[in-house]
Amino acid sequence: MNDLEPTGMVPTDMAGAAEIARAVASGAVSARAVTEAALARVTALNTRLNAFTDLLPARALAAAEAVDAARAAGRASGPLAGVPFAVKNLFDIAGLPTRAGSLINRGRAPAARDAALVRRMEAAGAILLGGLNMGEYAYDFTGENVHDGASRNPHDPSRMTGGSSGGSGGAVASGMVPLALGSDTNGSIRVPAAFCGLFGLKPTYGRLSRAGSFPFVSSFDHLGPLARGTRDLALAYDAMQGPDPEDPAQAPRAPEPVLPELEKGADGLRIAVAGGHFLRNGDPECFAAVDRVARALGATAQIELPEAARARAAAFVITASEGAALHLDRLRARPGDFDPATRDRLIAGAAIPAAWVNRAQRFRRWYRDRVLALFEGTDIILAPSTPCRAPALGQASILMDGATLPLRPNIGVFTQPVSFIGLPVCAVPVWVDDGLPLGVQVIAPPWREDLALRVARVLERLGVARSRIPS
Amino acid sequence: MPADLPPLPDDAAMLAYLDAAAVLQGIPVDPAWRGDVLANMRAVAGAARAVLSFPLEDEAEPAPVFAA
Repeated sequence: MNDLEPTGMVPTDMAGAAEIARAVASGAVSARAVTEAALARVTALNTRLNAFTDLLPARALAAAEAVDAARAAGRASGPLAGVPFAVKNLFDIAGLPTRAGSLINRGRAPAARDAALVRRMEAAGAILLGGLNMGEYAYDFTGENVHDGASRNPHDPSRMTGGSSGGSGGAVASGMVPLALGSDTNGSIRVPAAFCGLFGLKPTYGRLSRAGSFPFVSSFDHLGPLARGTRDLALAYDAMQGPDPEDPAQAPRAPEPVLPELEKGADGLRIAVAGGHFLRNGDPECFAAVDRVARALGATAQIELPEAARARAAAFVITASEGAALHLDRLRARPGDFDPATRDRLIAGAAIPAAWVNRAQRFRRWYRDRVLALFEGTDIILAPSTPCRAPALGQASILMDGATLPLRPNIGVFTQPVSFIGLPVCAVPVWVDDGLPLGVQVIAPPWREDLALRVARVLERLGVARSRIPS
Repeated sequence: MPADLPPLPDDAAMLAYLDAAAVLQGIPVDPAWRGDVLANMRAVAGAARAVLSFPLEDEAEPAPVFAA
């Protein structure tokens, strides 16, 4: 359920963030009671779903009591008062080594303080419950992890959550928490949002501070929230906006709150479906999901992102090279301690000629200019999030347009050409039948997260996009 | 237009390049890993060819951050 489906009772668990924050602010329920219920739900479900790698009950309860005490003292409650949340374990959490899904990082010194976005969520009253499972060093689309075990999909635990923010997807989709933070370099928020049936926001590159998060590919790394509804996404996103001098890639922009814009609808917006690359290389139901969204919005236009397949190729080269450069010392010292699937890509990445990477970055400029020109005549572009539904855990290949291809790299076929140039995307969950969910990317021009969220909200209001917690 | 790209090297030549690169970078590569490293390098090289074969003006400089 989410805040749009009032329960008629005091929320304790499985409620949306907005509903919880309202109840805590009004005194209908204490932040402590909400936190205790969420901790109990995590404890009950985590053995099966493996979403949390670190659970912090003492910290969470202390934070909840502080929220309750502030309210009792007459201080205004924050917009996320008492809302439990959790973060992919590449976010710094004070007192824990930031493992980023790896074995090697467990030997790091504990983080001295929380990541910037964790601090901002807590400043808005949210309660951190702990760290979440992820693919090693975020070089992953599956949510599998050889060190911690796979994140499991709440809608079918024999299937992948998607990754690399796999625990983020599992924790929100199962109702453990209403909000989780993830990272998205090539699709790592949008893929688990699709496989787990969630709303996910990948903001514009440079919008949210990455300070205090373990990096992967500096050129493409984004952070953002996953939730079961658009209002919750907007609440979290607004709480996290604002300049941070500690992130050198962040754009110097003042906060542009989206919550006041959320109900403005889609009338007058020019919405088109991405053609070409985005209509091939996927299962028919992925395109059926896009069709359903387009029909609901009355979108009949089709638009071609030029050279999208080449954009994906360029993103692939840059990712392998920058990732390898980041991990070079670890590859030298402890190559045997990596997940083999990560290590062998990084070793290859370390051998990439610099000129290839430079050309890929120059192509990125060309592609960016062409895509930005498209937005002169279009406000929103729709595309599938993934080429398939959640695959079975351990699945290694995928059938695409009659060809059997390796699964791992191809899950990102539709997300990579979008994050490559940092466009903001709200991924929305769509059920086209009784099977597992699918995702559709609602893509907006740079800095127009508000448009993506407004359209997602329309789809939610129409019942075309929705999340549901499995019983 | 870009000059014609050379054909991708065969496995022996690609492995020789990877072995030399690993030595240069100081990465100890277990012989059991070489096959998967080679497969990954072939995937990267294929992607790179798609990029390298695309004509770009000399003035096309990288623009990693959006301007408002």
